[in-house]
Amino acid sequence: MSGEASKVIDQTTLWEGGRSPFSVSYGKMMMWFFLISDALSFGGLLASLGFMKLKYADVWPSSELIFTHLPGTHGHFPLIYVALMTFILIVSSVTMVLAVEAGHRMDRKGVTLWLALTVVGGLFFVGSQAWEWMTYIAGPDGDISTWADNATLSGHYYGEGFSADNPVPGVPQYAQFFFFVTGFHGTHVFSGVVINFIILLNVLKGKYEKVGHYEMVEKVGLYWHFVDLVWVFVFTFYYLI
Amino acid sequence: MSTAAHAHHKEPFLTKYLFSQDHKMISRQFLITGIFMAFVGMIMSMLFRLQLAWPGEGFAVLNFFLGDKWAPEGVLDPNMYLALVTIHGTIMVFFLLTAGLSGTFANLLIPLQIGARDMASGFINMLSYWFFFLSSVIMMSSLFVESGPASAGWTIYPPLSALPQAISGSGAGMTLWLVSMALFIVSSLLGGLNYIVTIVNLRTKGMKMTRLPLSVWALFVTAILGVLSFPVLLSAALLLIFDRSFGTSFYLADIFIAGEALDHTGGSPLLFQHLFWFLGHPEVYIILLPALGITSEVISTNARKPIFGYRAMVGSILAIGFLSFIVWGHHMYVTGMNPFVGAVFTFTTLLIAIPSAVKAFNYITTLWRGNIRFTPAMMFSIGMVSTFITGGVTGIILADAALDINLHDTYFVVAHFHIVMGLSAVLAMFAGVYHWFPKLFGRMMNKKLGYIHFWLTFISAYGVFFPQHFQGLAGVPRRYYSYTEFPIFSDFADLSVLITMFALLGGVAQAIFAFNFIYSIYRGQRSIQNPWGSNTLEWTTPVEHIHGNWPGPLPVVHRWAYDYSKPGKDQDFVPQTVPLEEGEIDGEGH
Repeated sequence: MSGEASKVIDQTTLWEGGRSPFSVSYGKMMMWFFLISDALSFGGLLASLGFMKLKYADVWPSSELIFTHLPGTHGHFPLIYVALMTFILIVSSVTMVLAVEAGHRMDRKGVTLWLALTVVGGLFFVGSQAWEWMTYIAGPDGDISTWADNATLSGHYYGEGFSADNPVPGVPQYAQFFFFVTGFHGTHVFSGVVINFIILLNVLKGKYEKVGHYEMVEKVGLYWHFVDLVWVFVFTFYYLI
Repeated sequence: MSTAAHAHHKEPFLTKYLFSQDHKMISRQFLITGIFMAFVGMIMSMLFRLQLAWPGEGFAVLNFFLGDKWAPEGVLDPNMYLALVTIHGTIMVFFLLTAGLSGTFANLLIPLQIGARDMASGFINMLSYWFFFLSSVIMMSSLFVESGPASAGWTIYPPLSALPQAISGSGAGMTLWLVSMALFIVSSLLGGLNYIVTIVNLRTKGMKMTRLPLSVWALFVTAILGVLSFPVLLSAALLLIFDRSFGTSFYLADIFIAGEALDHTGGSPLLFQHLFWFLGHPEVYIILLPALGITSEVISTNARKPIFGYRAMVGSILAIGFLSFIVWGHHMYVTGMNPFVGAVFTFTTLLIAIPSAVKAFNYITTLWRGNIRFTPAMMFSIGMVSTFITGGVTGIILADAALDINLHDTYFVVAHFHIVMGLSAVLAMFAGVYHWFPKLFGRMMNKKLGYIHFWLTFISAYGVFFPQHFQGLAGVPRRYYSYTEFPIFSDFADLSVLITMFALLGGVAQAIFAFNFIYSIYRGQRSIQNPWGSNTLEWTTPVEHIHGNWPGPLPVVHRWAYDYSKPGKDQDFVPQTVPLEEGEIDGEGH
């Protein structure tokens, strides 16, 4: 069984003649199929969420009565902050588009700027999510030390004016799905930030100038847009509906 | 295969055999790991068949394999019985017939049959194997934990799988099971992405989608099904892990254990079943489609006739792939499903009979008046057509929600899926191994042993599963440790002994295969370049495995893969690389 090699063959000899029907490289197509696959993971989770919501349609808490905080204040601002987070994440998608576009023009400075802004947007989102989790765990009084008495963690909620003694009953699945679904999505955002950062370092090192194209930026861009798009669904199905 | 080998530079052992990125080597790695796992799974089935035939009797062999803890005085412990059934199913469904079958033949055939130098990404391909290997190691190691391996059945329904205190197998064994499956899903995803992209992007000049061999078509749709369905299992498994380890209750409703209420409230075990079967049903076709693809190749080559109805075959592969996503409810007819929904799932399930029948009839019409060469591979393929029909017919019975209420969770179901999915796929995998052994190892397998292997396997397999239909019709439930407690089932004691006898015979037959396989790798007759007179591109490569598959430029394809016994030709086969003559029509319909 000797006589076989196992090195990677370089892509130019691999090609020879055949035609790529979608005129994309294998790497980009692989990313597309990966995203389809990942979309089904989220699909499974959101379908499960829908299943639970239908099961408990009459007692499922209303998110606008639970997520009412802004950092630093204790007023009643239903879903304002999560809307801001969503907006920032979508804006980071725009900066990503600009980075990819700058890559097409082989504009290294442009790629650096826009990719760096994308990383900042992603970090803002992940940080906000950490704040939101902490606030939710702390409960309406905002005091993390009394989290064990916090009925919102079981999916209950307090009416206006924080009548802490008399929560409206909900179901624990509300909180469980909250942490699981946003956590699963947050993991995606976090890994996206890390990947974007690595690519940013490569850009700074001039790696893609040497290769001759910025396709890698495009590939991570696809992933980033996907993460944003999924958030739109999470936001809609978890917070709004 | 060493004479020409000296021309090549010497490759270090580590990158050549272990961390290889060459698709042919990875294919062999998948095959050998798969065969090893299959033997473990098969031995398990023989062990629990002993208990089913002679309940409560002691066997030295059980004590030898399982030790004093799980088989004191040779009597199988009930917990271990459940564990054996669970791991047998898991290994056979996932490790042999998903990774073993697809991993072997997709890696071997896709680049060779479409005329590519390798997979799109050799590195990802290597990762796919090593995730699978790691997953296998963890699954094997779960057999040795103190509380025993996972015991909730291969479908791991909660609450049994979700509560570590439920039965002994729900402890560490279940956790390892879940970890192993998570790695398995990663492996399957990486492999699937590579297969899809390679087929779409790396076909050689002239290899249009409409000229692809049916094996590649089948592997293509299989990879798509895997990429779409496994992630849903991943979500289901993650939620289950959270229920087990982090106190959530996605799947757990109010539960009392030993009179004490648990903390879990409000979840739904049915949610798991929906998520699981959304994977679980496409999974059946992830197993079956490669088997059907292999059968198409082997039957057409050895009947020396073009495959009957190429386009219908492609269409039925696509139809089966699509329909497989909308039938998962037929596993859940007895969960209190709304009868109207049950009727919808009955309808979609019955629809699958149409493309399946198209395939079965096309195989028969391909064989009809063919100049058949009964090679061992051909015997196994014809055997596969037989089991596909036998098992498919009982599938129509089970598809009906009203009938399924009687038959659900009886041996009728066991017989049905073992024949249509297990047996068909295993027979096709054997056919593939016998047929492509010259391509895999450069040598031929022994024919005589092949025939003995086939007849023993075929007869013993029907001997095992056919009587189970009668047991099932009489209501004998599956998964029971011992059903002699119920007087009405005592009539079946003799039948159970017969089934176990056949199971043991089938095991012996596989020992013949193992011997033939290993012996032929080292001592088999050397193969010529195209031993079966086949048209497809893999037989235009040298017998010796070389890096990049073709020594010169890539072959150019001029015709479809099934020009066997074409009128007006000297030979009874025309390889795909032969240009069309003037006025010659390509494809079917001449």
